[in-house]
Amino acid sequence: MSDSTPASATAEAGVGPALEGGAGPEPGVLRRLLRRPSGVVGCGLVALLVVVGVAAPWLAPRDPFAIDGPSLSPPSGRYPMGTDAFGRDLFSGIVFGARTSLLLTVLTSALVLVIGVAVGTLAGYRGGRVDDACMRVAEFFLVLPRFFLAIVVVALYGPGVERIGLVFGFTAWALLARVVRAEVLSLREREFVEAARAGGSGGWRIVVREILPNALPAALVYLGLLLGQVLLLEASLGFLGLSDPTAMSWGFLAGQAQPFLRVAWWMAVFPGAAILATVLGLNLTADALTEALGRRS
Amino acid sequence: MSGRYLAWRLFLVVPTVAGILVVGFVLVHLAPGDPVQALAGEHGDAEYYAFMRARFGLDQPLLAQFATFAANLLTGDFGRSFIQGRPAFDLVAERLPATLLLISASLALASVVGIALGIVAGSRPGGVRDLAVSGTTLALYAAPVFWIGQLVILLVAVPVGWLPVQGMTSPGSTSTGLAHALDVGRHLLLPALVLASQEVAAIARLTRTGLATELASDHVRTARAKGVAEWQVVGRHALRRALLPVVTVVGGRTGHLVAGTVVIETVFGWPGLGRLLVTSVGSGDRPVLLAIFAVAALAVVVVNLVTDLVYVRLDPRIRYR
Repeated sequence: MSDSTPASATAEAGVGPALEGGAGPEPGVLRRLLRRPSGVVGCGLVALLVVVGVAAPWLAPRDPFAIDGPSLSPPSGRYPMGTDAFGRDLFSGIVFGARTSLLLTVLTSALVLVIGVAVGTLAGYRGGRVDDACMRVAEFFLVLPRFFLAIVVVALYGPGVERIGLVFGFTAWALLARVVRAEVLSLREREFVEAARAGGSGGWRIVVREILPNALPAALVYLGLLLGQVLLLEASLGFLGLSDPTAMSWGFLAGQAQPFLRVAWWMAVFPGAAILATVLGLNLTADALTEALGRRS
Repeated sequence: MSGRYLAWRLFLVVPTVAGILVVGFVLVHLAPGDPVQALAGEHGDAEYYAFMRARFGLDQPLLAQFATFAANLLTGDFGRSFIQGRPAFDLVAERLPATLLLISASLALASVVGIALGIVAGSRPGGVRDLAVSGTTLALYAAPVFWIGQLVILLVAVPVGWLPVQGMTSPGSTSTGLAHALDVGRHLLLPALVLASQEVAAIARLTRTGLATELASDHVRTARAKGVAEWQVVGRHALRRALLPVVTVVGGRTGHLVAGTVVIETVFGWPGLGRLLVTSVGSGDRPVLLAIFAVAALAVVVVNLVTDLVYVRLDPRIRYR
């Protein structure tokens, strides 16, 4: 981490009022994020996932599992993305698939953030043996083959979005912990932290009030990139037929397309495009956030 | 590279390997469902169940089972396949060459294509070619690998006609020698290319960033001022240093590549470990599952180790304690 300046120190002061209710710890970051084309496209795609995922029951014209129309019907006015071999509406499947992806993303982020930030802060702030121990454990999780682990878990315990989210959440925090640790290490000795310390604040209070808000944006960059990879892994599981058969998912739909590749292109094209758009959105947001924070990508 | 660093780095492998084995073993043995029922059917009599349990060592306490497992592992014994009755290690060993062939071909393709694209983009940052390459790699990086496979089959293989999309050899082929190698190569091309796609994107992006940074640095400006030809500036002065981090990425992404093979082998019917893994999941063949998990994890650990050592050797700036 070459540059760990808190966002406020580099923000252009007085250009205009900060966005109200900015999600980040520094409203300026969100505004600078949305000033970049990649930020706008990225945030737009992520917002689309959230909206479609939340509103799926109202947006989908049909039950995605209902046998509704003719078998393998190409895209048309009635079936915008065509139908599958059983005559199920693919568009409704894509809409409900967003819900599954959203659920996985939220679950994994929550776990990764809590574990990664806790371990990273502990390691960076305490240092010494605690730091060594935390980083050894993190290294172990970095080399653990997550995808194979997920396959073994599905094979032994059965499929399920929650289960996959747990596997990815409990194994993917290590990179985030490293990033947070590096941030905390560089923030620990800075003037504003020392000022708080001199002002009599205790360690816990300094971490929560001074260090974490400044370390979090860097962590969010990695969280975005990580979630993209997690979505791709989950899609691969679905493609292999290892996803929950009662929950629509894009990977599952893509796997269904495989035997019909030469006769029903739409079954393969739309689920893959949905995954691409979502992962692209997360990656672009992370890229733009890196730039908005004034770091080299 | 000091001998102490080498020894320390080698020592760090021990707890990692032990941890991986414990994770695999615990997962398998805490799983619901009785493997004996999967073996002997649901309606076998108690005596037969007991016989099967004893035969596969399933009547032992958990700790004893782990001790047996760990000891067996040191001799390369993963137990017998529940389904085929043969040693799980043999099944894995049979499939390993096909997967290794696919992975090494992909890695070679990804390095060559990725570095080439990175040079094209990074030698003129902000230019048209940079934008084209950056856009493509961005999309490749975000696309699911099975989708790229499906699109390649739809848009390339089907129209072209002579590029096979299933299997490793032509059906009923009995060719040997050069003809056999050519046949395998023809089958290998598309899966290897598709598997390489995300690595190409990662390598190209990193090469581009590194090259662009190096080209803006003082030593490159000096070389240019001295009148060194542009291709020499890029090739000799900038690229060498820009490629250092690429080594780490190529090594560090082995996990992704190994995971990708499972999917690609399914898309292209490639008879490797990935196919074996998927069929073993379907049949609940725990020894084979565990063997593949262990082999994949060990492979990642070994490649990471080698990557670290190569990197330390390549970059004289790094000094370890």
